[in-house]
Amino acid sequence: MTSLIETENIGKTYGSVIALSDVSTVVNAGEVTCVLGDNGAGKSTLIKILAGVHQHDQGSFRVEGEEIKFSSPREALDHGIATVYQDLAVVPLMSVWRNFFLGSEPTTKFGFLDRKKGKEVTKKALSDMGIDLRDVEQPVGTLSGGERQCVAIARAVHFGAKVLILDEPTAALGVKQAGVVLKYVAQARDRGLGVVLITHNPHHAYPVGNRFLLLKRGRALGSYEKSEIDIGELTRQMAGGAELEALEHELRGVEA
Amino acid sequence: MTVTATAPSAADERLGKPRAMDQLIKRPEIGAMLGALLVFLFFSVVTEQFLSVGGAATWLDDASMLGIMAVAVAMLMIGGEFDLSAGVMTASTALVTALLATQLGLNVWLALLVSLAFALAVGALNGWLVMRTGLPSFIVTLGSFLALQGLNLGVTRLVTGSVQVSGMREAAGYESAGFLFASTFQIGGTSFYVSIIWWVLFTVIASTVLMRTRFGNWIFAIGGAAQSSRAVGVPVVRSKILLFMTTAFAAWLVGSINILRYASVQANQGIGLEFQYIIAAVIGGCLLTGGFGSAVGAAIGALIFGMARQGIVYAGWNSDWFQLFLGVMLLAAVLVNNMLRRRAERVRR
Repeated sequence: MTSLIETENIGKTYGSVIALSDVSTVVNAGEVTCVLGDNGAGKSTLIKILAGVHQHDQGSFRVEGEEIKFSSPREALDHGIATVYQDLAVVPLMSVWRNFFLGSEPTTKFGFLDRKKGKEVTKKALSDMGIDLRDVEQPVGTLSGGERQCVAIARAVHFGAKVLILDEPTAALGVKQAGVVLKYVAQARDRGLGVVLITHNPHHAYPVGNRFLLLKRGRALGSYEKSEIDIGELTRQMAGGAELEALEHELRGVEA
Repeated sequence: MTVTATAPSAADERLGKPRAMDQLIKRPEIGAMLGALLVFLFFSVVTEQFLSVGGAATWLDDASMLGIMAVAVAMLMIGGEFDLSAGVMTASTALVTALLATQLGLNVWLALLVSLAFALAVGALNGWLVMRTGLPSFIVTLGSFLALQGLNLGVTRLVTGSVQVSGMREAAGYESAGFLFASTFQIGGTSFYVSIIWWVLFTVIASTVLMRTRFGNWIFAIGGAAQSSRAVGVPVVRSKILLFMTTAFAAWLVGSINILRYASVQANQGIGLEFQYIIAAVIGGCLLTGGFGSAVGAAIGALIFGMARQGIVYAGWNSDWFQLFLGVMLLAAVLVNNMLRRRAERVRR
């Protein structure tokens, strides 16, 4: 089986700044590839290449076996690669169903919005993902941060994404909300999507991930299958040993 | 969020029967409706002519000219932009039509067509400049406002030697074009201007576009969060340029009504009106920050304007009081809108 996405020694420079260099990873259908790293590690650069925002200038990037260089996010979307950004997910003042269909609105044969269908399909698509909203007419702004991420994820799944890139979906969330979002990540994975999960929290990555790519200063620190690494080692690698104690202290707080 | 194992039934038990009051309060135009009702009742009681058919014809006409523009400006504001050149544009389009018809002897219909093309071009230029430079539309259209004002006066003086163009009545096609834009119709023996019909028509179309079409959905989205809209494939630049062109189109409509009704136009007309349009839109429930509002609301905002302006005349008061009324009305509307938005944006964590 060819992988949905495969990068080989991919790299990107901005002028003289090497943002990313020699990174190789793979995203398979029904699996979660986690990209971990501290701020400035190159996570954003990597996903922006995958999402078509930036273009790589080294190495090779293959989508379903085909060598590719996206010129725009739209092109990535056309190849089934959908990206949910942390803070760019939704329009707060618009209703849930209008957000859900934004850019792909259903119309009747007279060219008008099919509002009935829009609401029904939204309700159904959300409940298929296990998200049960009271009212799809309420503004998205009244939802919690986690719920908003979920709506954005459900939207990507509904519109036929093969690869789902999630940029720090749990970063701004409380422990419980983060758990709910991770549940939907697993949900999307089980539906056969390839997921790229960007996070700096190994405790969020480990339970849902199949593969872990650790980045540091634009380079791959290591790439592991789940069987090759345990959470302690993952955390240790990320923290680089030195700040481990402080981090463990923080994580103990999260687990409680 | 509550996650349940079973799929939700069609009627959700957590949703009480939506109370009529709650449904109403969500609508952006509710504040304006109440305001309009108050103003209407007030002047109906205080003055005699206000409630008469003739009185209604007067304040409806006043409201209609403002209303056509307010509705277009409201759409633009929902899309997240301002157009300060809208007021002067009503004079520019009238001047172009008048100059072509009186100086070049063009048929009025042809002159109107050229004027329309001119308006759409200016609108497109406004939109293109705003999108291209990324500057606030407030600044860009302030520039085009001043530029148009200068052009209006400069070109008119250059061609006619005065600051007024008149003599439209002699132009070919004046009668038939006048029938479409500036005629009157009778209800109960009283003449109503056809501009009222244009106003209602424009409001209905704008409201339908906003609420029932994909483009309408995009207008709310690009005003609410342009970046998010772009990320899901909404053509942000094209949509905003179209909105600027819509405002320009409305200015052409109002300019055409003016020139065909009065048969002459002053080169300094329309200055200051742009703020009245914005005020009417805000009274009608549009947020200054974009992403929220209604076309019907803006039309009602214009109605409040018309009723108050004429009501004060009927009451025999000095029209200075109108400005005070306007200021209070605007502040009240902004406060109500702010409260509504906070309700809508309230985040539960």
